[in-house]
Amino acid sequence: MDGLALDIAHLFAGGLVLVSFMLLYQDRLSALINVYALHATVLALSVAWQAYIQGAPELYVTAGIAIVFKVVVIPVALHRIIRQLGIHREVETAVGMGLTMLAGIGLVALSLAVMLQFTPGANPLAREDLAFALAVLLLGLLMMVTRRNAVSQVVGFMSLENGLVLAATGAKGMPLVVEISVTFSIIIAFIVIGIFLFRIRERFDTVDVQALDDFRGDRR
Amino acid sequence: MSLVPFDPVLAVLIVPLVAAGVLALLPGYRLTARLNVLASLVTLLSALALFVVARPAPNAYFVVDDLNIVFIVLNTFVAFTTSLFSASYIAHELETGRLSTANLRFYHAMYQVMMLGMNLAFLSNNIGLMWVAVEVATLTTVMMVGIYRTHEALEAAWKYFILGSVGIALALFGTILVYMAAQPAVGEGLDAMTWTLLLRHATALDPSLINLAFIFLLLGYGTKVGLVPMHAWLPDAHAEGPTPISAVLSGLLLNVALYAVLRFKLLLAATPGAFAPGALMMTLGLLSLLFAAFMLYRRRDIKRLFAYSSIEHMGIIVFAFGLGGSLANFAGLLHMVMHSLTKSAIFYSVGHIAQVKGTQKLSEIRGLTVSHPVLGWTLVIGVIAIVGAPPFGMFMSEFLLVSTTFARAPLLAVLLVFGLLVAFGALLLRLTGMAFGEPSGSRAPATASHAPTFAHLALVLIAGIYLPPALVVWFQHVASQLG
Repeated sequence: MDGLALDIAHLFAGGLVLVSFMLLYQDRLSALINVYALHATVLALSVAWQAYIQGAPELYVTAGIAIVFKVVVIPVALHRIIRQLGIHREVETAVGMGLTMLAGIGLVALSLAVMLQFTPGANPLAREDLAFALAVLLLGLLMMVTRRNAVSQVVGFMSLENGLVLAATGAKGMPLVVEISVTFSIIIAFIVIGIFLFRIRERFDTVDVQALDDFRGDRR
Repeated sequence: MSLVPFDPVLAVLIVPLVAAGVLALLPGYRLTARLNVLASLVTLLSALALFVVARPAPNAYFVVDDLNIVFIVLNTFVAFTTSLFSASYIAHELETGRLSTANLRFYHAMYQVMMLGMNLAFLSNNIGLMWVAVEVATLTTVMMVGIYRTHEALEAAWKYFILGSVGIALALFGTILVYMAAQPAVGEGLDAMTWTLLLRHATALDPSLINLAFIFLLLGYGTKVGLVPMHAWLPDAHAEGPTPISAVLSGLLLNVALYAVLRFKLLLAATPGAFAPGALMMTLGLLSLLFAAFMLYRRRDIKRLFAYSSIEHMGIIVFAFGLGGSLANFAGLLHMVMHSLTKSAIFYSVGHIAQVKGTQKLSEIRGLTVSHPVLGWTLVIGVIAIVGAPPFGMFMSEFLLVSTTFARAPLLAVLLVFGLLVAFGALLLRLTGMAFGEPSGSRAPATASHAPTFAHLALVLIAGIYLPPALVVWFQHVASQLG
């Protein structure tokens, strides 16, 4: 039972890393948002499984929040935003796909190497979960770096936060305070971003962050 | 017996919270600006009461100890003086139409929420709560930076938001790792996130996990401190937001993030087998100092100039704590306090200067001491204090740091002094351009309140000439704790 429980937990965590890779190579915004919803679904499953094997019912709340907000509310809202802005067909990347994927593979290898080496004493469930979580986090960062469009940067940021939730639920008995705050921060983040996007739309008619760079005060 | 026992710890948190709610609802900027000042004053008085009443025993959420008490008082003091400055600054922004009354309502409410976040970060005894508090303070400043809604302001806020979020995400990952390290030794749940318990069980923590956690925490909170190479948000955020926010960012928020790093450094020092973070911190510190010092020469915007100067000083402070030892730590703590007071005073002057001249461009600001003697000379004094010239407080902290570095690591001291001199030259060069010569632009008298600037500069001067023994004892005590 214990071995199987671990395997399933790893399956979900590994699945999250895979979906992170899927996020990396999406070049259409609407597809990107759909994959993000999948990302959040895998996360919710993973959290629910952790709740079951750890016997921690409060984690079901975290899973529920993930389903409601990250799988439904945020993707729906983002779809609306990009349709309103007329950028749902947009294709954009800053760095080539192949290069990004290679960098992603490198980051996953790095996080596995680092985490497994640094945590010989920790219990195996938490340890490997953390390695996967770090991989998701780094892939989210990579996405934020390689994308120019504000919406894809936001999706990158949210996938990064999913990695954090994975890490937090993997740490056995971590107080709920933190999970709520993580979710809370995402909601706030989303509101802030939403305000920004609308203001950016209002002012620039573009959400391409590079267009913003041109207004930089110090540039000659 | 009074009905509600007065608890300064709760008062420091509840006053800003209630004030934020009230300010969000009240119309009329005169009234709200005054209420903002009043709320900040009450918070300051509550913070001062922490010295008088017996310190509450640390519980699962809050702690008052030697490390944070002076920072709380400093924080609430600068918040109070900034609210005074803000009241006169904001009136002008309203007249020129850069802000609407609805903006102002939001601005004042956010100001108090930000204070709540910062005070909570200092007071929290729980690493998770501290993280939440820093996040709250950051998000509110993001919104304040974007409040003018110009291209530049939005870009600055967006950049700040993205970089700040990445920083805060790394810090959370570090926090989770600390919990993982503590869980076997301290037990599950809140206990494993409580400072006082973590320190008590430090000998039983897993050193390799703590090492890894510290790297994440240093990078994460270091982004907020504005350390190179994670500094990109800082100059933009300072330049494009309202000047009171620049003052609070430089004077307070950077300190909050640095305080978080110091807390974790304490934990690292108490854990046997953990690595010494000194080399890492010294490298980041020197890098920030040297980079910012050279960048100072290329600035064309007055607020960006002083924002880079903040990066420079954060570099100096992080270097001091990285070097460690009671003398260097003493210098670091003193420098934190002095920088906070001096830099916010400079921003008060800069805010009024930008308003009377109607520009932030360095090339269009000339002859200030002729056209606006009070503003011009306070800027001159402020800059002399910030470059570390005697007789101001920063001279003392920089002198201490340089001398102890020469004694212990002469090669690094050469780099340190080089960086300090480069920055010294850059700031004086820009200052002479702004302060002297034929005045340019508007000569209209400034409707400014100079009291906050004078108060800060006077304190910095007094600290440079005579540091009260009680303060010295406190600094020494905390410095010895920091290892």
